[in-house]
Amino acid sequence: MIASPLLSPPLFSVGPLPITSQVVVTWVIIALIALLARWAGRSFKPQPGRIQTVAELFYSTLDNQIRDTLRTDPAPYLPFIACLFLFVLCANLSSLVPGIEAPTAHIETDAALALLVFCSIIVFGVRSRGLVGYLKSFADPSWVMLPLNLVESLTRTFSLMLRLFGNMMSGAFVIAIMVSLAGLFVPIPFMALDVLVGIIQAYIFAMLALVFIGAAIGETEKNSSKEKT
Amino acid sequence: MNGINWIQIVSIIGAVIAVSFGAIGPALGEGRAIAAAMDALARQPDAANNISRTLFVGLAMIETMAIYCLVIALLLLFANPFLH
Repeated sequence: MIASPLLSPPLFSVGPLPITSQVVVTWVIIALIALLARWAGRSFKPQPGRIQTVAELFYSTLDNQIRDTLRTDPAPYLPFIACLFLFVLCANLSSLVPGIEAPTAHIETDAALALLVFCSIIVFGVRSRGLVGYLKSFADPSWVMLPLNLVESLTRTFSLMLRLFGNMMSGAFVIAIMVSLAGLFVPIPFMALDVLVGIIQAYIFAMLALVFIGAAIGETEKNSSKEKT
Repeated sequence: MNGINWIQIVSIIGAVIAVSFGAIGPALGEGRAIAAAMDALARQPDAANNISRTLFVGLAMIETMAIYCLVIALLLLFANPFLH
């Protein structure tokens, strides 16, 4: 019998806080990303080495994506989007390591990420339009749309969480069923598919966060930069 | 047969119906979206970046419906509120 994907048994507990294995994997991923970034960032030179070339490629690709989507200066949004993308990517691909379950295949991690996106939408919206302007944007075409816009801002966060959870969890489930049905080499194509799904879902998660932020920061900046291009 | 068995049987059938019928609509919708994107790519290969990004975001939106059905099925199978 396959265990319920909605439950996660605690591994050990620190005081009153139970710590599950997903949380430990999350900590390890955060530490690895931080160490890698520190190690790669220590030796930046005008003549780029191998690691610096990869880092610059990653940075400039994301920079262009954000510029194309938001049509404004990407500098304030790049750190958040890049962090989201890197973390979700590493978390999705961490299931390739034997014995480790992807943290994003459990709903708590996805809920935390979606909550981050929800808060960042509000922060970026207020920063770009001011508090009154941001609140006014909920009644955008007319005040009739007010409840619909309020509900939408909640449901899109909810669906952001469920999308990542559903995709990663179902991938893990399919592999578990395949392993229990047929032995040695049969699950390998499904694991390859899982890698592809993990990369695409990380991209989609970051892109959707970007699109939502773009909707929150509004049209004023967009119009001014459209005249330039 | 007592009542709990019936609830389990109905839950499993409900989960099967939710996943199977819930997958039909998004599958058709994604097929249409990809066909339209391929058409646009063939007409305007220059706009490939823009089209594929919009396609990915749109596919994610369509897929949400199927994932809602999956979540309903999971709730019925693993966190059924009528069993406890």
